This record gives sequence, C-alpha cells and structure tokens, in this order.
Amino acid sequence: MSDFLMPSLGADMEAGVLMEWLVKPGDRVERGQIVAVVETQKGAIEIEIFEDGQIQSLEIVPGTEVPVGTVLARLSASDAPVLRSEAVAESAPTLPEAPASAVSDTVSIRAAELEVPAAALAQHSASAERLRISPLARQRARELGLSEAVLAQLTGTGPQGALCLRDIEKAAQTPPGVSPLAPHASPSARQKALELGVDLQKVQGSGPHGLTTAEDVERVVSQHALEKPVQNPMRAAIAAAMSRSKREIPHYYLAHSFDFEPALSWLEALNETLPMEERLVYAVLLVKAVALALKKFPEMNGFWQEGAFVPLEQIDIGLAISLRTGGLVAPALKQTDQKNLKTLMAEFRDLVNRSRGGQLRASEMRGGTITVTNLGEQGVESVFPVIYPPQVAMVGFGTVLERPWVIEGQILPRRVIQVSLAGDHRVSDGHRGAMFLARIEKLLHKPEKLL
Amino acid sequence: MSAMIQTTYREAIKTAIREALQQDSRVFLMGEDVAHYGGCYAVSKGLLEEFGPERIRDTPLSESGFVGAGIGAALGGMRPIVEVMTVNFSLLALDQILNNAATIRHMSGGQFSVPIVIRMATGAGRQLAAQHSHSLENLYAHIPGLKAIFPATLEDARGMLWTALQDPDPVIIFEYAGFYNNTGEIAEDAGPVDIDRAKVRREGHDLSIFTYGGSLFKCLEAAEQLAQEGISAEVVDLRSLRPLDQTTILASVRKTHRALVVDEGWYSVGIAAEVIARISEKAFYDLDAPPARVCSVEVPIPYPKHLEDAALPQVGRILTAAREVLGQNV
Repeated sequence: MSDFLMPSLGADMEAGVLMEWLVKPGDRVERGQIVAVVETQKGAIEIEIFEDGQIQSLEIVPGTEVPVGTVLARLSASDAPVLRSEAVAESAPTLPEAPASAVSDTVSIRAAELEVPAAALAQHSASAERLRISPLARQRARELGLSEAVLAQLTGTGPQGALCLRDIEKAAQTPPGVSPLAPHASPSARQKALELGVDLQKVQGSGPHGLTTAEDVERVVSQHALEKPVQNPMRAAIAAAMSRSKREIPHYYLAHSFDFEPALSWLEALNETLPMEERLVYAVLLVKAVALALKKFPEMNGFWQEGAFVPLEQIDIGLAISLRTGGLVAPALKQTDQKNLKTLMAEFRDLVNRSRGGQLRASEMRGGTITVTNLGEQGVESVFPVIYPPQVAMVGFGTVLERPWVIEGQILPRRVIQVSLAGDHRVSDGHRGAMFLARIEKLLHKPEKLL
Repeated sequence: MSAMIQTTYREAIKTAIREALQQDSRVFLMGEDVAHYGGCYAVSKGLLEEFGPERIRDTPLSESGFVGAGIGAALGGMRPIVEVMTVNFSLLALDQILNNAATIRHMSGGQFSVPIVIRMATGAGRQLAAQHSHSLENLYAHIPGLKAIFPATLEDARGMLWTALQDPDPVIIFEYAGFYNNTGEIAEDAGPVDIDRAKVRREGHDLSIFTYGGSLFKCLEAAEQLAQEGISAEVVDLRSLRPLDQTTILASVRKTHRALVVDEGWYSVGIAAEVIARISEKAFYDLDAPPARVCSVEVPIPYPKHLEDAALPQVGRILTAAREVLGQNV
C-alpha cells in the first residue's frame, strides 16, 4: 500500500485544487498514467502517477483545495487480483478448469469488496472537508429534513461562504425537480475562471439550466475591469517567483555578441535536405549548445536550496514560453544534453504547443535545472534575464542581426547574436560566467557536433 | 410629561453629585483637584462653594492613599464618591480596589461592606498619547466584588450615580472623557436609573451590535448608514460591564442571529471577547454567522490624529465588520 500525494508543480506551489479524478477505486494504474487533473495558479495540469498498482481509495473529492503532500489516493501494490491470478495460473498449469473458476471468483469478490471503499469515499470526504454551516442553519436544516448530502451541495452566502439560515430557507423553497445545488459551470468556464481569477459562485449562468459558460465568466471580467483590476493567478505566480528571485538572488549579468553565421549557414543547408515537418529552428541549436556547455560548468546547473547550492547531474533546459493570453511558463526539455537535434526539435514543438494550449503535465511544469529565454523573435538585441528560483542561472538570446564584423582584418556582413547570462553570485562568479558564455559560442561554431 | 431641559454630559453628572450631596449627609466627594480647581474636567465646579471643604475634599496626588481613605470612610459608614482623575492613574489605586474594596465583604464573612463609588474618566480620541488614552474597563469588569458601569447617555450620566450610591458594594463608574461636552435634552425631573441592565438603543432584526461608552454613538451612526443599505441593525448599550446583562444580550442575538461587538478596549481579552464568549456559550444554536468584534488596534494609542483615529473603532470599520457578518463580502 502506498500513497499518491498532491505533487509540487513548481517551487512556489503550496496547494492545488483537485479538479477531476480520471481513475476510480479498483482501477489498475501504470507508472506515467494520467490519473487526475489539478488546478494550480499556472493552470489545469494533468497529474501522472509514479508507480504501478491498483487504486485502493480516493481520499479527496474533486473541487477540494489541499496542500502539497496531502494524500490524494491510496494505492495497493500490483499484487491484487490480476497478479494473483497469474501466480495461480503459473503455479498450477496442469490443473484444468477448477482453479480457473476459483480465480474468477477471487476477482469478482475483490471487485465486490472494492465497492466498499468507493461508497465509503463519500462519507469520508464529508468529514475530510467539514461543512461550513452556521449553528442556526444546521438546526433549521435538521427541522426541514435536509440531508448532509444536500447541504454539502448548497452554495453558502454567509461569511466565508458559509451556509446560513437564508440559504437553507431558499433550498427548502426550491420547487421539486429544480436542483438547489451550486451553479454548474462548464469545464471551459472553470478554466477561464481560474485563468482570470473569477469566483464562479458570483457568476450568473446563461447556459442551459443556468449553466455558467466561459462567455459568462468573460462578461463578468469585462464588467469588473471597469471597477477594479483582477489579479490573474498566473500573474500572481510570476510575481511571487520573480519577487523572490530579485529579493533573494544577487544577480550578476554578462553579455557577449558573436558571429552566428557558421551555425546558421550550416542549419540552413541541413534544412534544405529535410522534409518540411522535420526542419530545425535555430533555437533548438542554442538550447543544445547551452546543455553541452553546462557539462563543464556544473555551478550553473542546479538548485539553491536551504542556504546551499545543490548541483544536479541531469541537465533539463527550461524554456521560457510566453503565452498568448499573457504570462509565461518554463517547462523543461528533459535531459537536453542526451538528445539529438531531431528529438529535441520534436519535443520543443510539442512543449510550445501544449504550453499554449494549457495542457502541460505535472512533471513538465516543474521546470528545468536552468532556463533559457530567447527573445529574438521580438527583435531586441539584449536580454537581462531574471533567474527562476531555485535555479541559479538563466541564459538569454537576443535577436539575430546582420552587422559589420571584422574577420581576419576584413569587415564583412555577418549575422550576429548576443548571448547573455544572469548568474547567482552566491554560486558562481563573473569569471566562470564569462568562460561559460565563451564555451557556448565555441560549441556553436561547430554546429555539426551538436547534431 | 415633564419639561425637557438642555444639558451636557458634564452637567448631568454634576447634577447627580449635587443631588446625592443634598439628599444624603453621608455622601462626600474627594479626589485630586475636585474642590478648588473644580475638577480636572470641571465636573465639580462650584460644588466647594455650595457644600464646603468638609464634603468637597481636595486630596494629595496619591491615588492609593485617597482611594484607601475612601474605602475606610465607606467601612466607617460614609457614602464616599471618590474621583480618580482618569483610568490611566487608577492603576496606582488598583491594590486598594482589588485587595480591599472588592474583598472585604468576603474576608470579613459578611460583617463589613464597602459602599464606595469610584468615578473615573476613560477613553482615547483626544490626542493625549499612549499614557493618557487607556480604556481599561475590562480590568475592573474582571473583578468579582465590584460593579463596573458606564453611562454613555445624558440620562445615564444623570441617573446612575444615585443608584450606585445605594449599592452596598463598591461601584466603579466610568465616564467617557470625550463626552463631557455632549449636549442634549433630558427631562427636568430625570432621576435615578437602574445600573444592571443593558438597553436597546435602536431596534433592528438583521444584526445585533453590542457596545458601550465611547463607541455607542459611532454604532448608532453606523446603524443609521446600514439602514440606508437596507440592513436593520439593533444597537445594544451594555451600560453595565459587571455584571453583564446576559438576558438582554442573548435575547437580542436570538432575534437577529448575528452579533458584532464594538469596544474601544484592545482586541484581546477585552469586554468584546467576554460578550462573544457568552453568546457562543449560551446562544450557539441561534447564531447564523460567526460573531465579530471591532476593537482598538493592539498598539499603544498613537498621538498623531490620523494614527489615533486609525487605532480606534470608527464608523467605517464598524460598517465593514457588520457587512462581513451579514455575508456581504465587500
């Protein structure tokens, strides 16, 4: 038996809202399987499970916010029905039908048992999240014979959303057939509400049966915009991380411009030979060069934790990806140094698409061991990055510009790029930082070795 | 109906003292500057000329000494009114009040009683800085053996003293220093009032606001504004801080189901805390929202006006708290 916990989906995440279970008690799960959807300040994220087994019980009901580390589900090891039947089959291969039916009995009994935890769940969850109801309202509900299950679904209008007398009276007056339940909202409305920081309870639904739609949420926001600014949760997360960075990390900055012509020419020639969908963008080249350069500069790759630097063996380059709706995320390309450009290109494209579609996975949200930002698309020459804690360095690339460049005494037009570094001075110094940037340049001069 | 006369909080108290001196020869007034100077807040101005130095007595600057003398006089059969200039200085007399006045009935097995009345001005709001702005009513309301009362209206200022003097045990009367110039009309023949019951100053059915002394009029103003928002707030003047009139408090909560307590004392361990505790104990199942309190911020009361205003309960804070209790998240 093991526990499946609310994961930390970022250094600054303290709690998450369990939105949806994609499994139920009794389901077998495999390592890497998506089992739940969790809402964080950064958006709705699909959560993977990290071991094989069978779901024994779900401990948290959807819609509940719980701190990181809370037990979400209990998992039994993979020795339950299926394995047991295999064991029986192997140990008694010569016995004909009798054991087989015994096996199926075992399975069906197990399945029947599994109904129990499922039923117990409802009860358990009621006590796990105690109903917020005033003493008077509870007494009145008892008089009216409203069950705990009904109460649990009413919307409170008292302080902190508690159920108070008027809510009970209103529920009691609701004509039969009309649900007195909390206003329903479509999944897209929930997503929108989270992005825009809107309290769904306060949105009047215009869809069928009073369903709250994404349009309703947007309407509320546009009304609100005139009154007071709404703090977007993602903006708040960025604000927290960046404030922490600037408060805690003594940044030093270095920038270095170099001739990018050899790498670009090589890449263009290579792309000529590739089918359209496999062509590489130069950003992938940059990311790979940074990953390889890090091997000689371990002080740039790791985390500052509890007052000390923890270097990391694995090199996961975080990509700063801006979202169309505003804000940004920094998911990682895992083991960037180990992968060839073709693989990196595919993963890069996939990450950008899913980031912008709001479909990142938990393990990806955690970010990299260092982050790279490429503001080249915006036409700026230099980037002065802000380190993403607990990382200790960030590398930036500016736009590629055609510049007069002196090569062996001759002035030639060359495409030039600037690489910059924000380093954590608690961990590294400018001297090493400069050597690190020089190393990146050197690697990009021999792009064929990056393949 | 008797005729109404114009008066002030100060004048009403003076009239009460004068009446007591006239009606009971055992009554006398003593305290710092009460005679020749006419009282620090001019409450006893003119009484020396009227009643003479035997009955209007200036004392040295020794709270412990003259409060002790007053307790001795009460034990000896007199009915002393002792004026301690302000609650801020009363701590010097606290040993006399707590260890003697409040306990002698018990220590003597009922043989002696201490029918003393101790008046003291209290409260902040006049830019007198931290040492002269205390609201320590809760200290006295804590002590068994004492009664602690707080007139806020002109009728109570006029009528509470005589009733207090009739009590066989020590009574502390708090006077809100910021009220002495409060002006209004009272009946010409206004006389003694009870000193052990809370009074509903404004009827309402959505929310009960319990308060006393210096915060009463702020609460009434808040209730008026709430009425314009369609919220009917009941305002209950506690009047007596010890004993608390639990019957009136609980009756109001059972009607409105919501309680807000406004108290110029500091937030922790104060009168507001006690009132909320009683409500939670005795009217828990009548509550439709967690009770709330608006108290002074837990800092030494600041001298600058804007900071002092921010530290004390004000109408705005009362309105916000009231709306929160009603579940209107503003």
